[in-house]
Amino acid sequence: MIRHVFFLAVFLCSTTLFAQEYIPKNDGVKTATSHYTALKHATIHLSPTETIENGTLVFKDGKIVSVGKSVNIPKNSIIIDATGKTIYPSFIDLYSTFGVKQPKREPNHSRSPQYDASREGYYWNDHIRPEQNAVDHLDYDTKKATALHKAGFGVVNSHIDDGIIRGTGVLLALNNEGTSANIILEAQSAQYTGTSKSKLSRQAYPTSLMGALALLRQVHLDADWYAQGLSKEKDRALEALIQNRTKVQIVEAGSKLNALRLDKVGDEYNTQYVIVGGGDEYEAIQDIKATQAKFIIPVNFTEAYDMEDPFLARSVSLADLRQWNQQPHNPRILAENNVEFALSTYKLEKEADFLPQLIKAIEAGLPKEKALAALTTVPAGIIGQSNTLGTLKAGAYANFLVTSGDIFDKKTTIYENWVTGVKNELEVAPKDIRGSYAFNLENEKYTLNISGTLDKLKAKTKTDNTTLGTKLNVTNDWLQLTFSTVDTTKQEFIRVVSNLDDTPVLTGKAYLPNGKELPFKAVKQTADTTTSDDKKDDDDDDDDDDDKEEETPATVDNFFPVTYPNLAFGFENKPQQETLLFKNVTVWTNEKEGILEQTDVLIKNGKIAKIGMNLNAKNAKVIDGTGKHLTAGIIDEHSHIATSSVNESGHNSTAEVSIEDVLNPDDINIYRNLAGGVTSIQVLHGSANPIGGRSAIIKLKWGESARNLINPHAPKFIKFALGENVKQSNWGDAAKTRFPQTRMGVEQVYIDYFQRAKEYEALKTSGKPFRKDIEMETLSEIINKQRFISCHSYVQSEINMLMKVAEQFNFNINTFTHILEGYKLADKMVEHGVGGSTFSDWWAYKYEVNDAIPYNAAIMHNAGVTVAINSDDGEMSRRLNQEAAKAVKYGDVSEIEAWKFVTLNPAKLLHISDRVGSIKVGKDADVVLWSDHPLSIYAKAEKTIIEGVTYFDINRDKALREAVAKEKNELTTLMLQAKNKGLKTKPIEKKEKAHFHCDSNF
Amino acid sequence: MKLLKYKLLGLAVLLSSVLLAQQTPAPKQTQAISIEGATAHLGNGKVIDNALIMFNDGKLTFVGSALTKIARQGTIINAKGKHIYPGFIAPNSTLGLVEIDAVRATEDENEVGTMNPHIRSLIAYNTESKVVESMRINGVLMGQITPRGGRISGTSSVVQFDAWNWEDAVIKEDDGIHINWPNPFSRGRWWLGEPATLKENKNYNKQVDELNTYIKESAVYQLGQNTTRHLPYEALNGITTGDKTVYIHVDGEKGITDALRFKQAHNIDKLVIVGGYEAHLVSNLLVEQNVPVLLQRVHSKPNNDDDDYDLPFTLANRLVNDGVLVGLENAGDMERMNTRNLPFLAGTCAAYGLDKETALSLITLNTAKILGIDDMVGSLEVGKDATLFISEGDALDMRTNKIDKAYIQGRDVILKSHQTELYERYSNKYKK
Repeated sequence: MIRHVFFLAVFLCSTTLFAQEYIPKNDGVKTATSHYTALKHATIHLSPTETIENGTLVFKDGKIVSVGKSVNIPKNSIIIDATGKTIYPSFIDLYSTFGVKQPKREPNHSRSPQYDASREGYYWNDHIRPEQNAVDHLDYDTKKATALHKAGFGVVNSHIDDGIIRGTGVLLALNNEGTSANIILEAQSAQYTGTSKSKLSRQAYPTSLMGALALLRQVHLDADWYAQGLSKEKDRALEALIQNRTKVQIVEAGSKLNALRLDKVGDEYNTQYVIVGGGDEYEAIQDIKATQAKFIIPVNFTEAYDMEDPFLARSVSLADLRQWNQQPHNPRILAENNVEFALSTYKLEKEADFLPQLIKAIEAGLPKEKALAALTTVPAGIIGQSNTLGTLKAGAYANFLVTSGDIFDKKTTIYENWVTGVKNELEVAPKDIRGSYAFNLENEKYTLNISGTLDKLKAKTKTDNTTLGTKLNVTNDWLQLTFSTVDTTKQEFIRVVSNLDDTPVLTGKAYLPNGKELPFKAVKQTADTTTSDDKKDDDDDDDDDDDKEEETPATVDNFFPVTYPNLAFGFENKPQQETLLFKNVTVWTNEKEGILEQTDVLIKNGKIAKIGMNLNAKNAKVIDGTGKHLTAGIIDEHSHIATSSVNESGHNSTAEVSIEDVLNPDDINIYRNLAGGVTSIQVLHGSANPIGGRSAIIKLKWGESARNLINPHAPKFIKFALGENVKQSNWGDAAKTRFPQTRMGVEQVYIDYFQRAKEYEALKTSGKPFRKDIEMETLSEIINKQRFISCHSYVQSEINMLMKVAEQFNFNINTFTHILEGYKLADKMVEHGVGGSTFSDWWAYKYEVNDAIPYNAAIMHNAGVTVAINSDDGEMSRRLNQEAAKAVKYGDVSEIEAWKFVTLNPAKLLHISDRVGSIKVGKDADVVLWSDHPLSIYAKAEKTIIEGVTYFDINRDKALREAVAKEKNELTTLMLQAKNKGLKTKPIEKKEKAHFHCDSNF
Repeated sequence: MKLLKYKLLGLAVLLSSVLLAQQTPAPKQTQAISIEGATAHLGNGKVIDNALIMFNDGKLTFVGSALTKIARQGTIINAKGKHIYPGFIAPNSTLGLVEIDAVRATEDENEVGTMNPHIRSLIAYNTESKVVESMRINGVLMGQITPRGGRISGTSSVVQFDAWNWEDAVIKEDDGIHINWPNPFSRGRWWLGEPATLKENKNYNKQVDELNTYIKESAVYQLGQNTTRHLPYEALNGITTGDKTVYIHVDGEKGITDALRFKQAHNIDKLVIVGGYEAHLVSNLLVEQNVPVLLQRVHSKPNNDDDDYDLPFTLANRLVNDGVLVGLENAGDMERMNTRNLPFLAGTCAAYGLDKETALSLITLNTAKILGIDDMVGSLEVGKDATLFISEGDALDMRTNKIDKAYIQGRDVILKSHQTELYERYSNKYKK
């Protein structure tokens, strides 16, 4: 209501340009304007690639009528002389929240989670809000609009920044005098999507990024189904979503990893998102380019850290130091790689930072025409408004900037920002009175020389032989000049006041020290009378400029190289496959040959090519293995490294989510695991629910993208879980509402879901219409033996139960992971045909592991179970060889068999043993060279090789340590210099990395 | 009625097997024991091949070569090819204070309040803990039981791991006070929407001041003429005389440096740094002030992405090379059950630079010196407690750490546990 009153007030007060003819008027006579406005003699950037000098721009009723070098100016034109000024199309920001009221979280005192939706008649998940229209929440903020004007913006596409699907945006002209009738250029322009939940609902699902991605997939499937008219009920959210599908789709990714993730998800439902990036796209530019998406990019380049306190400075990582150096290069690198991008104020603290930050990017090599395109033609094109926005041409909105010069120059001033033909004056353009003037006062001849920049004029007054101390002050149309008298022995001054007009003569009055007031007239001299020594004077004057205080610009020359991944211990160049020949090494084959002493192993084309004595190979790099051991790479059946989320705990079944969606290739733990001889891992969903998410089986190819980590030959897996975690025993008193809360309930969850999956499958194969459900599809795969279960488990009763449930549905559990009471029912496990992947010696951390014993692996092994030892811990995973050795200590497993617990056996459990897990001709060359007996605590991995590529080398590591230290020092010095120059720095913040395990609730 | 009696009896037996699973403590040594032929790792850096070790009345009476012509006393154990070690000591441990991490009723490690020097761990130490008995099979025979939490957590005591009750168990009662040094970093309050990153702790100086004031006030209190008793201040009596060691739990260079100034400011006689992730950066100060380090869990991830992947593995080596007296501690996640891996922490230190005997001293003599019990335990030397064990191989390597016999104060300790019993029971199940 208040808003309406406000608009009404504006409407009544302003001489509204576009009052519609059909609107009645009762407070006076009806008037209408029909004149034109013309700006003449300006340098006009028609588009990023087209500039005209001495051009004219004519517009009427908010739109451009004509623009060019010689255009016909109608008689009824208001003519503005824009000599010396430059005109640009004004900027467009596609990712804005300007002028749209943003929802706030309501305080809520209930501590127990909410599982159901708050709304009825909408989608089952409150965070899917396609029915929202930003236009219904307009709240025009004049102050903020002025801030945007000053940053060069004329139009923004604004949206409700809330929820996963956020509904439509609104294209707004930043016309402070306007009303809803003319600031709204398009009422429903583009649909917005993100990954964060709505503030308007406490509904638990999704609790994780992978849940949000799965939800996006499912809601689009549901929309397809709904569009076919198959729903029995009305769903206004799905209806809106179906409608919005024709619009431009903008998704907030906020980082390169999320950009790749969301692009992939979008492809699955034929949506090419325009991606709002994070400014780190340069780190994975080839993958970013491959998305073929258009991007909206922030320029929130980080400030230097305050590195003066060495204790604190130590905690800043190389990656964060590099960011400061590298980020300004992001737009350049995007441009060089032909990624189409728009720029945005997204993530900036204040609009005033926009141009200074952008100029940093230009100093770093972003071509100016690309910068201008990213602010005009590209966003106009993305939003489908190329005809009316982004360029200065007949028919387009009269949205333009009048500046003192090159807009991408620090010294340039934006005088005016015209939006739909309405002027917003930001700075009054000073008149250009620079030049040499001559005047006489009481028979003394003077020359006055005015130079400098328009916003910082300098003056010198001279008589024939004396230079007089001079002060010049110009405000609006008045000039005040003060200079000392010729008699320099006295401290006396002559003051002059002159009104400025457009003539080359300054006319006014002079006030002499004796009280006399004389008329003053100074005549500007022609160009050739200003001599070259004026120029020299200028240079002298520049000394007291404050340019020296400025930051050393980021240029291509001082760009620190990006590594893969872009943090400490990354590769400057991705490592290549090599032909390697290990000589005289002790080989742990894991095959019937057992351990071969003094043997040679040849690796070629990523495979194990030969094993034998006295091997030779041309072009092979020979590695002396004397005294060393060569084994298959370690395989961790249960890991939570290299992922951005672990648990989706919003539902008791989340078979629809997948760790593959959220892999994080930039996790330093990948490198540390390589240093512990690990080559393959299963990244598992956590144990927050009986039916968890799908796994990612990956190889630790340090430096590769998430997609390339995934082992394409591994079958599909899913995590299940039993016991205290799934019944939320240790989640506090608030978490007592989700089914199941007992082991009894857990069984029913499984039977219920599998039964439904069976019924789903039956309907699907019947040919009748059905609603595609990713969760049910996944569970059907399990029943059809196309997906394997790895089930987190501790206590024998529930382990037994799950085997029996599986048998009811005619499939087998593949692996019980952790399985700390496996020893109590090893016979039943053998009978069922399930493997056990256990901890070596963990126990006593929960009630259900009270009977966990370190002899578990040995007993299960002796009973005939395929046994692996897993980590569930990013630290222990790098010492899995030692964990295997504990099976020798506890239960006397032979060394050969114990070694298989962390290599061949997990490979078998993961169904990848045809390619990895042993040293056998034809298998993948995933091998580790150990300094010592691999089960010994004294053994160190010296080389870790995956498919013939050396991803870890202990000597390279040594060299890298020095390189890391050196680079950190260099960057620290640069930051200290930055602070010395008086630049703003920011306090140090150390980013703590989460240490994920099963219980991590992300 | 009779039936009920049996039922009750049965229930009692059942309960006892669940709740009182601890093995019966071994009786006092009544007869001398001579172990012959093993390689003896003395804990003080020395090794004796083909050694003869003899003990009686709980004390070592002979440590030397088996070639020595001396009468063997009592029972003779032939340990040819095997290895003898002094019992390992686990400092800064919460063994016996918590049984199961997730069961609140079993937690007795963390008292309410910030300044709790008077809180004594010893009386809560549960000698019946199933976790404690699982230590012995790996050679971990003693521990310093330490309370957690607050600024001053309380007072620790050193115990041995085969006892009827805490009075039997104690080796050194109330050996020291534990202080958690303020952290120069603080974490953003994420629940208020702040980023959960670490940043400079603006209250650091204030927190250090509070601690200084508290210690000063306690010092004045010790001068007497008090009208009322102050239990916490009283508990701090002895920190300037060396009767009580002050253990400061701190990791960063700045914190350690400030802790050393704190030692001087308050004339603290014995100060020990616990944790010490960055202690190697101030080794010179530690040596100068004769301050030892109980080094954080060796099997840890580096704290920073940029740190060497093996930094935690090499810290002991760096400190030892700089001349600092180092012992190993194991606090952290799942620390109690994990304490049995203490020998392998030392083994890792050996893999990453230290020689094996020096690495061994990190969990034997060095720790004994740091805890002030080296007159009794920590090495195989005549006159010390016969707290030792025989392993089939190198006890610092899990591959060969297999213990046949362990003695605490000469008592022949039962090496069974809740876990070995289950092992036996279920191994037999499948033999049938």
